[in-house]
Amino acid sequence: MVSLNQLIGVCLVYVAGLFLVAFLAERAAIRGRGDWLLRSPLVYTLSLSIYCTAWTFYGAVGYAARSGMEFVTIYLGPSLVMIGWWWVLRRLVRIGRSQRVTSVADLISARYGKSNVLAIMITIMAVIGVTPYIALQLQSVTLSLSIFASPDPDAGGAALNNAHAAFWVAGGLALFTVLFGTRNLNANERHHGVVIAVAVEAVVKLFALLAVGAFVVWGIAGGLNETLARIDASSIGGWQAQGGRWSALIFLSAAAFLCLPRMFQVLVVENDDERHLQIASWAFPLYLMLMSLFVVPIAVTGLDLMPAGSNPDLYVLSIPLSQGHNGLAMFAFLGGFSSATSMVIVATLALSTMMSNHIVMPVWLKLRGGGAQQSGDVRGVIIRARRLSILLIISLGYLYYRASGGSGALAAIGLISFGGVAQFLPALLGGIFWRGATRMGAIWGLGIGFMLWMFTMLLPSFGPGAALSQGVFDHGLLGLGVLRPQALFGIDGIDPTVHAIWWSLSLNTFAFAVVSFFTFPHPLERLQGAQFVNVFDHSSGPAHGWTVAASGAEDLMIMSQRILGATEARAFFERHARWQGATGGLPRPTPAFVQALERELAGSVGAATANAMIGQIIGGQALSVEDLMAVADESAQIHEYSSQLEAKSRELTETAQELGHANQKLTQLSLQKDSFLSQISHELRTPMTSIRSFSQILRDTDALTGTEKTRFASIIHTETIRLTRLLDDLLDLSVMENGEVSLNSKPVNLRAVIDQAVMTSRAGSSNVITVHRTPEAEEIVLFTDGDRLAQVFINLVTNAIKYCDAAKPELTIAVRRDDDVIVVAFTDNGSGIPADGEGIVFEKFARLCNEDVDGAGLGLAICREILTRLGGEIRYVSHVGGATFEVRLATSAEAETSASLLSV
Amino acid sequence: MTKHVVLVEDETNIAEAIRFLLGREGWRVETLANGSNAADVIRAGMPDLVMLDVMLPGKTGFEVLAELRNDPACADLPVLMLTARGQARDRDQAMQAGVSRFMTKPFANEEMLAAVRDLTAGRVG
Amino acid sequence: MPRTSLFLERKSYRMRRIMDAIRFMPFVCAALWMVVPLMWSGGQGAHAATPLSAALWYIFGIWALAVMVSFALWWRIRSGDVDAAVSAADTSA
Repeated sequence: MVSLNQLIGVCLVYVAGLFLVAFLAERAAIRGRGDWLLRSPLVYTLSLSIYCTAWTFYGAVGYAARSGMEFVTIYLGPSLVMIGWWWVLRRLVRIGRSQRVTSVADLISARYGKSNVLAIMITIMAVIGVTPYIALQLQSVTLSLSIFASPDPDAGGAALNNAHAAFWVAGGLALFTVLFGTRNLNANERHHGVVIAVAVEAVVKLFALLAVGAFVVWGIAGGLNETLARIDASSIGGWQAQGGRWSALIFLSAAAFLCLPRMFQVLVVENDDERHLQIASWAFPLYLMLMSLFVVPIAVTGLDLMPAGSNPDLYVLSIPLSQGHNGLAMFAFLGGFSSATSMVIVATLALSTMMSNHIVMPVWLKLRGGGAQQSGDVRGVIIRARRLSILLIISLGYLYYRASGGSGALAAIGLISFGGVAQFLPALLGGIFWRGATRMGAIWGLGIGFMLWMFTMLLPSFGPGAALSQGVFDHGLLGLGVLRPQALFGIDGIDPTVHAIWWSLSLNTFAFAVVSFFTFPHPLERLQGAQFVNVFDHSSGPAHGWTVAASGAEDLMIMSQRILGATEARAFFERHARWQGATGGLPRPTPAFVQALERELAGSVGAATANAMIGQIIGGQALSVEDLMAVADESAQIHEYSSQLEAKSRELTETAQELGHANQKLTQLSLQKDSFLSQISHELRTPMTSIRSFSQILRDTDALTGTEKTRFASIIHTETIRLTRLLDDLLDLSVMENGEVSLNSKPVNLRAVIDQAVMTSRAGSSNVITVHRTPEAEEIVLFTDGDRLAQVFINLVTNAIKYCDAAKPELTIAVRRDDDVIVVAFTDNGSGIPADGEGIVFEKFARLCNEDVDGAGLGLAICREILTRLGGEIRYVSHVGGATFEVRLATSAEAETSASLLSV
Repeated sequence: MTKHVVLVEDETNIAEAIRFLLGREGWRVETLANGSNAADVIRAGMPDLVMLDVMLPGKTGFEVLAELRNDPACADLPVLMLTARGQARDRDQAMQAGVSRFMTKPFANEEMLAAVRDLTAGRVG
Repeated sequence: MPRTSLFLERKSYRMRRIMDAIRFMPFVCAALWMVVPLMWSGGQGAHAATPLSAALWYIFGIWALAVMVSFALWWRIRSGDVDAAVSAADTSA
């Protein structure tokens, strides 16, 4: 039999060993050595094992002895989370690193606009949720000690005083945590001493449990098959897990794995390298599997071997003891001790960081009032605050242990604690996946979830008559039947744990979502939301810019020295001064620098406090224009969207205008079309009248002189020609419009074409017009259909001759180049075309005056068609003192052959 | 007394045909190629008949007609309107404007002469 | 060098599919762990309760498999840039 003193002695040696390992690790880290171990994925994975507390070490066996396989849900949840690392953990770790998050409270508060209210809420909730858990660890240690002591009180000489034992354990843990947990202030830096000690303990507890398991399977049962047979034959040999509980507990343990402050500490805060997470994604499930592998065999063996009344929670110890394997029992004890201590250390560390950053520091800052730069050594204050918090939390755990009298099954307390911290889940996941989540939503969700957890899970756990009276259990709060703690809304018969988890989490999520729908986040919140949700797009993006015009770098320096320590602050400032290109002295307090500083400080005191402290120096937290600009991510999208809308509506307006124009033109064209028949009738009937009349005269009148006959016949002839020309024009136009014209393109000299046109036009008219030309400019050889081009020119010259109403008609034909276009401009000195006619001048029958002129009003329409075929265009340019028609020909029509070689 | 007709027609060949036809009947034909001063010439000359083309330079036939009908002296003056735009709309418009007879071009010579005789029957013995 | 670029393309493609597998893993495990045991008999009806040894074999078998598959997947991606593979997959989607 191991004496209690022996046991305590071994225990002390073990603890001393842990202190030494932690100390060596810290020293190595300071000297920059041992990174291969300190920053290795192995240590990271092992540090995650603080998930396996004394509850799992001892409690899992007890749990299995009571409920069979259900215990394994507690391990399956975290395994799922680790296997699914890509979904949530990868995101959390990246956010934790980029925002220099110090705790789960810090993360949630930072996400919702660095809200201190949220940080305080979560801190208080975490303390309430985790303190019983710490008490549980103390209880497990004393319980396990008592099993060594109780069988033989005389042998060890000293009977065990549970309260004293718990006290000393608590004291030792507090000492360790203070020593290694507050060595460096920056919570975002690794606590190498703590982590390495935890890793060592992880190995110890794993091997302890495996050793007991192996002993049970091969030492007692006599092999694997015998063990399995024994399992099936035992009282828990059949599958007895309830479906609802099974799923709910897997979900709950997964949620708790993410939300437990201590898990967040090791998973996110102490994470050194994102790749470690990938390794832990298989290594940690492996660890969990090994931890739970022998739980059922041990439980079954315990049920077989141990006397009826013995505590199944302690089978891990009592089985080896009963078989006389004291060494194994002691090893198992050290495993349990490791589980308990490592959990308490990390949990306390995490909670104390939260408490000092979110409660003590803000209160202290408020009390000082004067601002961070006038106060004394802030660094000292923070460290004191953190140490105080550690002592406070461990004391709370101890007091809880004393108050609860060490009663209750271990597993129950564990689950209750899980349920409490799982309330963070909606706000946490909503915060990193959903940009629409707001601070008010988080506050309401957390508040409602936590209240329900208290009412349905925590308070009833003390039993009827303790926290809640029997009346409340039976008839509901305030006598309202719908408010019975284990049958909310009158729905009875659900397993109490499932009931509590379901109602608290679902209403939590519901409130979170609904309030988020209806509240509007302020700019900082939206900015942080965008940063969290899109963390992979801009991991190093700006949190928000400070306007720093008024503040001096000196004030910032003084404050930083007090928080970071003189050396580190100076190094930080010098580094930034170098980056800014300043030689020596302080960096300019640019927004970028202040932001970096805020991040750095956030690593020590949390985002909300760092924000507040810098805000005090910089002057006000009012968001500047730049800040709002920084919300760009969102506002840029909105802006883009609205400008798209604007463009669209502009487009629509333009389209509407175009439609209007088109419609107007169509109406005009329709009117023209309408008068087309009238026009064509007129144009045909006029010559026809003369022809009919004179032909009748010639036929019916005998007494006609020879001259008369000749004259009348020639009139008929002229009018016939006129008719023919009209018909030709019509046909020409119709052919041209249908694109059936064949062009006879060859190199032609522009001057020759114009010569021909002017000559022809003059020949056909009695009116006189002076034509001004610049023959040099006309010396251009074009590759085009010369006859068609001449037709256009003839038309234009003829029009000028016909319509120019000046006293002395003059026509100027000018040739010029506009970039790659050859422009032939025909300008007369007449009054031009009335403004309302400009739009239709090129339409068919668009004769703009009533003066009788030769032609049917098809000329310009034909010109336009010809030029379209020739790859050019014709325009009417209105200006004072004349009408100008511009014929524009693409230079691609210009022949490469020299003009001098050709004549047309 | 010779019968006097004022012919307002811008198409010279048509004017010549009418002049020849009416001249043979003993009419004195006064020809105007422009609508702008037609009403004044008509009022001054007080012819037995006015023949009006519609599409005229200066003023349209309708404008000239309206001027005439507004003058009490010319209110009853027979006016024969000739037009190459022979749509029903034009005819209605002409009738409303107070034209005595409306003819579309091209016309048969006898038809035109019959209309002239018809219009002047009561007035010129 | 078309061969080289083809190889790189294949490699990044393979990487993206492995990432898909990694993303898929938790759902498979959740289905196997959370859903399948719900169908086991608790011994209340005509059937005898599913023996605990069978349950143990099943749950720990899946566990061991999940660990091995996770390990294998990690082994394949350990030297690659996960973010790059994922963002490439996102843009190509």
